Amino acid sequence: MIDDTRVTASDVFVAMLARDLRVARREIGFTLVRTLMQPTLLMIVFGYLLPKMQMLPRAYVTTLLPGVLAVSLALSAVQSVALPMVASFGATREIEDRLLAPLATHLVALELVVVGVIQGIVAGLIVLPLGRVIMGTVPGLTLSSLGLTLGMMILSASAFSTLGLWLGCAVNVNQIGLMFSFIVAPMLFFGCTYYPWDGLHVVPWLQKAVLLNPLVYVSEGMRGVLTPGVPHMDPAVVAFALTGVTVIAWWFGLRAFYKRAVG
Amino acid sequence: MIETIALRKAYAAPLTRRRAGSGDATRSGPVLALDGLDIAIQPGEFFGLLGPNGAGKTTTIGILTTRVRATSGQAFVAGVDVASHGELVRRRIGVVPQRPNPDRGLSVLENLLFHGAYFCLPRAFTAQRSGQLLEQLGISDKADAKVDELSGGQQQRLMIARALLHEPQVIFLDEPTVGLDPQARLSLWEILRTLHRDGRTIVMTTHYMEEADQLCGRLAIVDQGRLLACDTPAALKARAPGETLIDLQLDRPADGASDACRAVPGVSRVDVSDHDVRAYCMRGGEALPGLIKAVEAHGHTVRNINLAKPSLETLFIALTGRRLD
Repeated sequence: MIDDTRVTASDVFVAMLARDLRVARREIGFTLVRTLMQPTLLMIVFGYLLPKMQMLPRAYVTTLLPGVLAVSLALSAVQSVALPMVASFGATREIEDRLLAPLATHLVALELVVVGVIQGIVAGLIVLPLGRVIMGTVPGLTLSSLGLTLGMMILSASAFSTLGLWLGCAVNVNQIGLMFSFIVAPMLFFGCTYYPWDGLHVVPWLQKAVLLNPLVYVSEGMRGVLTPGVPHMDPAVVAFALTGVTVIAWWFGLRAFYKRAVG
Repeated sequence: MIETIALRKAYAAPLTRRRAGSGDATRSGPVLALDGLDIAIQPGEFFGLLGPNGAGKTTTIGILTTRVRATSGQAFVAGVDVASHGELVRRRIGVVPQRPNPDRGLSVLENLLFHGAYFCLPRAFTAQRSGQLLEQLGISDKADAKVDELSGGQQQRLMIARALLHEPQVIFLDEPTVGLDPQARLSLWEILRTLHRDGRTIVMTTHYMEEADQLCGRLAIVDQGRLLACDTPAALKARAPGETLIDLQLDRPADGASDACRAVPGVSRVDVSDHDVRAYCMRGGEALPGLIKAVEAHGHTVRNINLAKPSLETLFIALTGRRLD
């Protein structure tokens, strides 16, 4: 007979975290390729080739790095939560073991979000040095701005990890392809990743419309801390928006999670 | 140990597909999976929930294992209310799912080690007990294998090992032998008998009559969310009507033939539906020629004949009007 009283929520939470990190560590090679492929190609074409061909001004490079970082971080956070969750609630039912563990259901969801945040930050930390190597000195990439950069990364990863929770619960296996075509692709191209938000004033209605896109705040936030010389949103506004996205996505995500987890 | 009081569960209509052939295809509004279920299970019992697909068995297990919220009514497991104290219930139960759901990112042994961690068991205890369980269940040679390398039966054993690891007071098994080959099924039966001998409370759902008969000390027959009968297999069999049940399938709708069949000596009851005549006969096979003559006298031809001795199955048919399959 097991002693009931020894079970504490924090221990169960840590055990689940340990499991997820072990599996993530095993897949580190795959994660590296997945995380690095797109930014590497982007940076080679837009950061190196096109400026060398003089088809893009050299200054464009500095606009690009924050966006590339934002995409890597956001996609990594959202995918590492949403994709396993879709499979886990669908075909494999792997999540049952956690749902049957002595842990409150909202903490099971929170653990998955925390894993997403960690994966997002790791992706960001992988891409940053790559940007430095390919694109040369980055103004904001100094030791003194590291704290600010990390803070912005945590906020961004939290927003997209909770969005992953929501998406992962709301989307079925057969809708994943659709999700990428209809949600992720527009989000990437209208996420101020390849141009600063300020520049969008040339199409005023679009400049307002993209404010609904959470990736805009990640890109602008990164721009603010990494390339302060390029026009960017006020970091305080960005922090407020990302916190708002996190709260809203957590609220809806948790509701969706309960709906899937408890029949 | 386990008690349900007037347990009801209604699902929103579009989400649940009604069992084919149960009629009422146009029924709108919520679908009742459980319609006032009362069950009481004592400690140490091997209790079976028997019923066709869609009877409400899995919903019952779902509620008792805190995975499904009841619409109304109450359920207690190991003295704890499942609705208000889910975490406490989960500490005390082990669940073997209908379809194995091992953690595919981990090896067989790791599945058990992390499960132990989820239940805050001491590491050394988990390691020792995991080895012991894998040995007992005959998959110790697979300890370091990936889960995908296991056969269906081996995965099912891993699920049993996982459910037992934290020494639960009650073990729930939902259709544990579906999809297993006959040999794996028999071996699982042996494992379950051993667990029961060790004094564990076991609750199992099945739609196999033989399985229920062989394993369970007490059986609840459920259909359409209601409890139809609850007793030992022997007592239930004794309640089966008549001695033998004869099904005749005719070439065309059987109406008109029922009175003639009822007049055959030894026949105690006749049910007619569409092409089928179902007769409950006191003298078993002796009534068969008389029944065939009776329907042929009405111009029917017999296409198929099926005999069933008094069993859980004949009781089930008498209670519900249909076969289990």
